[in-house]
Amino acid sequence: MAVMEARCSSSVMLREFACEQNFLSQPDGSASFVHGDTSVYAGVYGPAEVKVSKEIYDRATLEVLIQPKVGLPGVRERSQEQCVRETCEASLLLSLHPRSSLTLILQVLHDDGSLLSCLLNAACMSLMDAGLPMSCLFCGVTCAIDADGQIITDPTAAQEKESRALMTFAIDSKKHNVLMTSTKGSFSVNELQQCIAVSQKASEKLFQFYRDSVRRRYSKTL
Amino acid sequence: MKDTPLSNCERDFLLKAIQEKKRLDGRQTYDYRKIKITFGTDYGSCFVDLGKTRVMGQVSCELVAPKENRPNEGIMFFNIELSPMASPAFEQGRQSELSVKLNRQLERCLRNSKCIDTESLCVVSGEKVWKIRVDVHLLNHDGNLMDAASIAAISALCHFRRPDVSIQGDEVTVYSQEERDPIPLSIYHMPISVSFSFFQQGTYLLVDPCEREERVMDGLLMIAMNKHREICSIQSSGGIMLLKDQVMRCSKIASVKVSEITELIGKALENDKKARKAGGRCGFAESIPLERITALKMDETPMEMMDVTERANDIVQKAEVPPQMVQSPVVPVPGVGQVGQGLQNTWGLEEEEDEEEEDENEGSDNSAEEQEGRVSPMEEEKYEKEERDGGDVVEISDSEEEEVVILHPEKPDKAPKNTESSLHQKASNKKRQ
Repeated sequence: MAVMEARCSSSVMLREFACEQNFLSQPDGSASFVHGDTSVYAGVYGPAEVKVSKEIYDRATLEVLIQPKVGLPGVRERSQEQCVRETCEASLLLSLHPRSSLTLILQVLHDDGSLLSCLLNAACMSLMDAGLPMSCLFCGVTCAIDADGQIITDPTAAQEKESRALMTFAIDSKKHNVLMTSTKGSFSVNELQQCIAVSQKASEKLFQFYRDSVRRRYSKTL
Repeated sequence: MKDTPLSNCERDFLLKAIQEKKRLDGRQTYDYRKIKITFGTDYGSCFVDLGKTRVMGQVSCELVAPKENRPNEGIMFFNIELSPMASPAFEQGRQSELSVKLNRQLERCLRNSKCIDTESLCVVSGEKVWKIRVDVHLLNHDGNLMDAASIAAISALCHFRRPDVSIQGDEVTVYSQEERDPIPLSIYHMPISVSFSFFQQGTYLLVDPCEREERVMDGLLMIAMNKHREICSIQSSGGIMLLKDQVMRCSKIASVKVSEITELIGKALENDKKARKAGGRCGFAESIPLERITALKMDETPMEMMDVTERANDIVQKAEVPPQMVQSPVVPVPGVGQVGQGLQNTWGLEEEEDEEEEDENEGSDNSAEEQEGRVSPMEEEKYEKEERDGGDVVEISDSEEEEVVILHPEKPDKAPKNTESSLHQKASNKKRQ
C-alpha cells in the first residue's frame, strides 16, 4: 500500500460563519448557526419535568432530535443525534439537575457540507443561550482530505463528494482536546493527527467567535 | 415535555381585554401581525415569519409511478411537521389531533382547490409522473399556525423549480440544473388561509389570533381564498354556532387580507428573482439581521497552518509503537490454544474435568481413555501417585493441602467414592491456581 501523506497547504480557509441567539420565543434557548450556505436552527427546552421511563436518578436526561430538511428522520439523523448527544453529555454538568429532562432540537435548513460541525456549533450556542451549566464549551470542525492529499477545512458539499476521507471533530475549549470524532473514508495515522492539529487550530477561531458574540450580546452598544 | 397551562388570572385578563376591544400586542381587531417572507439558497425553500410564529416550507420532487386511476396526473403530497422546537407540547413522531387537522386543512386548501396543474407534471402517461412533496416545518409556535403554513407552502411552491426532462422514444432524460434551466410549476391561483377566532360564543371576533388568544378562544373559522375572491375551503371548528352574516363579514375581511398577502408574496418573489439574476448571494447568512446584538457574523478567515505538520509528526513519533499483531499461539494441551506469554489457559481443562466427573458417575469405560489422552502436568502427577499407591487405593484426607488421588474408573463398584474424591481434587486444584 502506498504511504498516505497529507499535505497542509499554507492557506486553509474557514467559510464565513454567522450566528444568532435567542431568536425563537418558545424554546428556553435557541440559536441559528450558518457555515457558508450550510445552516441549522437549534432549540433547547429544559431543565424540565421528565417522563418516568426516561428518568435517571442522579442526572438529567438529555435528548437530541435532528429534523432533516425533507421527510422524516432516518438512520443518518439518528447517527448524527448520537454524535451530538455524546458531545453535549461530555460538556454539560448534568448531575446538577438530577431527574429532569433536557431536549435539544436541531433543524437542518440547508446542507452545503460540514453539516455535523454546524450542528455541533448550533447546539453549543443554544445551550449557552439556555444558560445551562457546562464544564467547557465545544465546537465542531470538519476536515476533508482530497484526492491529492490536501487537507481542506470546512468543506462544501462538492468538496466533500470529491474527498478521500472526511473527519469531524468536536473540540473542547479548555485544553482543545478531542471530545468526539466521526470519520468516513480511509486515511493514515499521520493524516489523522494532522487533521486533529488543523482542527485544534481552527477551533481557536471558533472559540474567539463564540467569545465575540457573547461579548456583543452583553454589551450596551452595538 | 408538558405544556405550561394558562392560569385563571391570565384567562380572565385576556377575556376582559378582548371585551374592551384591546389586544395584548396593541393590534386592532382586524390587524395582521407583521409578515416576513424569506427564500432559501436553493429553489423551493421559504421562511415565513408571522409575528413570532416562524414556519419553513420546503418543496422537493421525485419521479414516481402515477396512481392507477389517474395515469396522467402528477402527485401532490403535503406534510406539516409539528417539530418539538415549535412548542414543548408537540411530541416527536406522534400524530396529534392538531397535526391531523392542520394537514387536512392544508390539503383542502392547496390540493383540492386544484391550484396546481397536476397534468403538466406527467412525464410518461401511466409510467412516470412528478411527485411534488411539500414539507412544512413549524419552528416557533406563537399562534395562527395554519395561516403561516399556507403562506409558506404556496410561496415555496411558487419559488420551486423542477428539473427539465426530455423524452426520446422510451428514454427519459432528467437534466441537472447546470445543463438546462429548471422549470417552474404552473400555478393557476394562490389560495391563502385566513383565520378568525371567536370569543364569548361569537360575540367578539379577532383576526390572526396569537398563541395566548388561541388558548382562550371559543371557536375558530378558517377561510381559504384566492385573490379573485373565490373561496377554496372554509372550516369552522370549536363547536360554535355562527350566523350567516357573521360568515359573510368574515369572508369580506378575508378577501381584503388575501389580496394584501398575495401582493406581498409577489413582491418577495420578485425581489428574490432580482437578487438571483444579479448573482448576489441570497442564502440564510444574508437573512440574519446583523443590527441585533444577539447576532454576529464573521467573514471568511484564513488560518495559519505553519506548525501543524510538525506537531502531527511529533505526536506520531512520540506515540508508542503499536504492538506486533500476530504471535505464534502456544498449545499446552491438544484442542486448547493460547496467545501470549501469560498464565496457562485452564478453561478447557476444567470443562474436561466436569465431563470426567459425569463420565465417572455413569461408570463408562471410555473415560479412562480420555484421561490417558491428557497431558496436563497436574494430572501426570496424579498418575504418578496412583502408580505408587498401587493404583486402586483411595486416600481421602481432610486436609486440602494434600494430594488426592482418583481411582481408576474401571472399578464401577466404587463409583460414589470416586465422585467425592474428584470433588476434593477440584477444590485442591483451585487452591493451586
